[in-house]
Amino acid sequence: MSGPALLSVQQLSVQFRTRRGTVDAVRDVSFSLRKGQTLGIVGESGSGKSVTSYAIMRILDRAGVIASGSAVFGGIRLDQAPEDVMNELRGREISMIFQNPRAALNPIRTAGQQISDVLIEHAQATRTSARQKAIEALRHVQIRNPEERYHAYPFELSGGMCQRIVIAMALACKPQILIADEPTTGLDVTTQRTVMDLIRNLTRDSGMASILITHDLGLAGEYCDTLIVMERGLVVETGQAQDIFLRPQHPYTRKLVKATPHHAQSLRELLPDDGASRPVVAPNASSAEKKAVPLLDVVDLVKAFPRARGLSDWLHRRQPAPFLAVDRIGFQVFPGESVGLVGESGCGKSTTSAMIARLLEPTDGSIWFKGKDISLIRSDQFTQSPMRAQIQMVFQDPTESLNPRATAEQSIADPLIHLLNLSSRNQVRAEVRKLAEQVGLEPELLSRLPHQLSGGQKARVGIARALASRPELLILDEPTAALDVSVQAVVLNLLADLKARLGMSYLFVSHDLEVVRLLCDRVIVMQSGRIVESGPTHQVFHTPQHDYTKTLLAAAPRFLQDTRQ
Amino acid sequence: MASFFQHLRYVLVSNPVTLLAFSLFACMLLVAIFGPALVPYDPLASAPTGALKPPSLQHWFGTDQVGRDVFSRVVVATRLDLLISFSAVALSFFVGTALGAVSGFWGGWTDRILGRLLDTIMAFPLFVLAMGIVAASGNTIENIVIATAIINLPFYARVARAEVAIRRNAGWVQAAKLSGNHDARILFARVVPNILPPMMVQISLNMGWAILNAAGLSFIGLGVRPPTPEWGIMVAEGASYIVSGEWWLALFPGLALMIAVFTFNLMGDGLRDLVDPARRT
Repeated sequence: MSGPALLSVQQLSVQFRTRRGTVDAVRDVSFSLRKGQTLGIVGESGSGKSVTSYAIMRILDRAGVIASGSAVFGGIRLDQAPEDVMNELRGREISMIFQNPRAALNPIRTAGQQISDVLIEHAQATRTSARQKAIEALRHVQIRNPEERYHAYPFELSGGMCQRIVIAMALACKPQILIADEPTTGLDVTTQRTVMDLIRNLTRDSGMASILITHDLGLAGEYCDTLIVMERGLVVETGQAQDIFLRPQHPYTRKLVKATPHHAQSLRELLPDDGASRPVVAPNASSAEKKAVPLLDVVDLVKAFPRARGLSDWLHRRQPAPFLAVDRIGFQVFPGESVGLVGESGCGKSTTSAMIARLLEPTDGSIWFKGKDISLIRSDQFTQSPMRAQIQMVFQDPTESLNPRATAEQSIADPLIHLLNLSSRNQVRAEVRKLAEQVGLEPELLSRLPHQLSGGQKARVGIARALASRPELLILDEPTAALDVSVQAVVLNLLADLKARLGMSYLFVSHDLEVVRLLCDRVIVMQSGRIVESGPTHQVFHTPQHDYTKTLLAAAPRFLQDTRQ
Repeated sequence: MASFFQHLRYVLVSNPVTLLAFSLFACMLLVAIFGPALVPYDPLASAPTGALKPPSLQHWFGTDQVGRDVFSRVVVATRLDLLISFSAVALSFFVGTALGAVSGFWGGWTDRILGRLLDTIMAFPLFVLAMGIVAASGNTIENIVIATAIINLPFYARVARAEVAIRRNAGWVQAAKLSGNHDARILFARVVPNILPPMMVQISLNMGWAILNAAGLSFIGLGVRPPTPEWGIMVAEGASYIVSGEWWLALFPGLALMIAVFTFNLMGDGLRDLVDPARRT
């Protein structure tokens, strides 16, 4: 178990010089890493977890400096080592995997060439042997047909494949330490599982030490031996992974563990203790009697995207078969119900929601909303339709969905002015205030621009704007995907409360099964444009019928699997 | 409004180059407005006895071939030169941005036709095109402005098209559709204000070109006609005297031209920061 520390970090502090003075990004962080150990650094955005690893690798941007403390690797002071020593160490002794694998690869060089480059750079191979070694490395990360994939460009590979290439590059020189910075964020759950298993097996087999930086407690709990929990640059708790989950000591850790939905039975359980005293809204509040007439009835909906015509298509005078993003799907949403639409990226769930929101023209099929087929109204004319106010949407990325030049108040007022035709300025103002109060947004924040608001506040502005026209159907397109877990817990509860109070129906689009489980009455599982399974939430989650649903459920990372039984 | 001035102060204080550029620009504006009232001599009054005198205390920049005071002429010319370049840039900015925004937002055939049209303009040597326009449509100041605006149009249209196209499917544009805004309002009231920061950089670069272009047209004898004081004509007239040693005739108007172009080019970053909401705190 014990052994000499491979990497020892003592009292490390990192500062950033900014427009408003110096900011302490990391304060007095200490930890040590032994051979074969997997250390998890967990925290929410802004906690300094990535900055810590950048400081160890000495790849901080220009404004950042190591203010004090030390990081020692094999007798070398990493914090003081000259740049040429660091260049030798990076990649050969300490490797790093970044969040976005596509951005980490050079788009105009093939996967194999990039691995060869690393090998040649660190004198692990000569020009003649590099190719063979690169293919070997590709095989090592379980890429099928490595000889063929050697010649593949990053754009020809899926996200999971790209991340495997990055891992192959990181491990090509057999480093002693692997730092993985959010290696699976943005990947689907099933891909996440294969990538994480791969990292674990490879590091275990070669006796490497690794540091996993993540915001996902479940992931860290499953794959790490030891955890460090960071909050605003400080380490608040260190310990064995099991201990931290079972007996979190620090209030922040307790809040984080609580907010992670993996074991909660209801949304209320996600909130810190002081919030749990509020009345609990049961997720299946909608009664069976209401289900007489569906609010939304989607029938045989199809969206086809034409494929580019290749040369041989030209010569044979034929049109290539279109790509069916959504392939004849049908489902219903009843008043007051929330329906979850789950599936992995590319399954057509977002295309479906865009068509129902009438932002996208369906190729075929119909969308019946309150007895009218709204697919007959062209999407650019739908803005003028009275139905517009009744179907609203909350977008995935709260930052991207707010006009950078509009204040929170202007964003919320927009639908009031153009959909409800409120003309008096005072009336709009009063209504905006009411909506802000409804979503728990402090009135003094209303005059701020989006970049002056936090992620959770922006999400609230987006929800307030969607609620402004008093919709009957609210489409939520991964509304919490870009948020930290503790903010996600609050936003999910807010959504559940609003639904109970205003009697709306939700169509909740998500890849996060746990969130769907807590918020939705019914679940629809999509795969490659088709619905493979649907049914009441508890039924789908406890007795899944389709193989794909089973795979999805099994792939979600879960700490404390033993306690679930 | 108060927050705007606060932000202006921040932009100026945080970047000394911007401060310098804005101060130079303010000086130029003052000279353009009050210059003609303050100059010591009539810029058109000739004095055959005092021709071609080198710079002295009476005539700071010397006198020209017919005895006119070069300093007065350089100062008085500021107004005309700035007027031509401002109106040309304003014209090409508004028309170019509108065309580019439309083709970037709707794409398809609109984009193709407008794109080829602008390519056609770009295919000509721009200065020759401006010469042609002025020569064909008549030698007036309005035509110089129009010619300068036309040759600068494609630059604005291209930047605007690219900037609008990347925002066309942004979440907040979709959200604006959901809020009941029709496409034209989304484009001109929401998207276009958001592309102002890169457009400002384009404007400041273009302003320098516009001034050089106007001066260049005058230099070859098109546009403003002598004896009207204008930097381009003054350089053109003075150029023939450099060989005989009367350097001040061309140097001072040339220097004024250089400072003007320099100022506009330096203002770019400052203007961008000024209209970028993300720079405010």
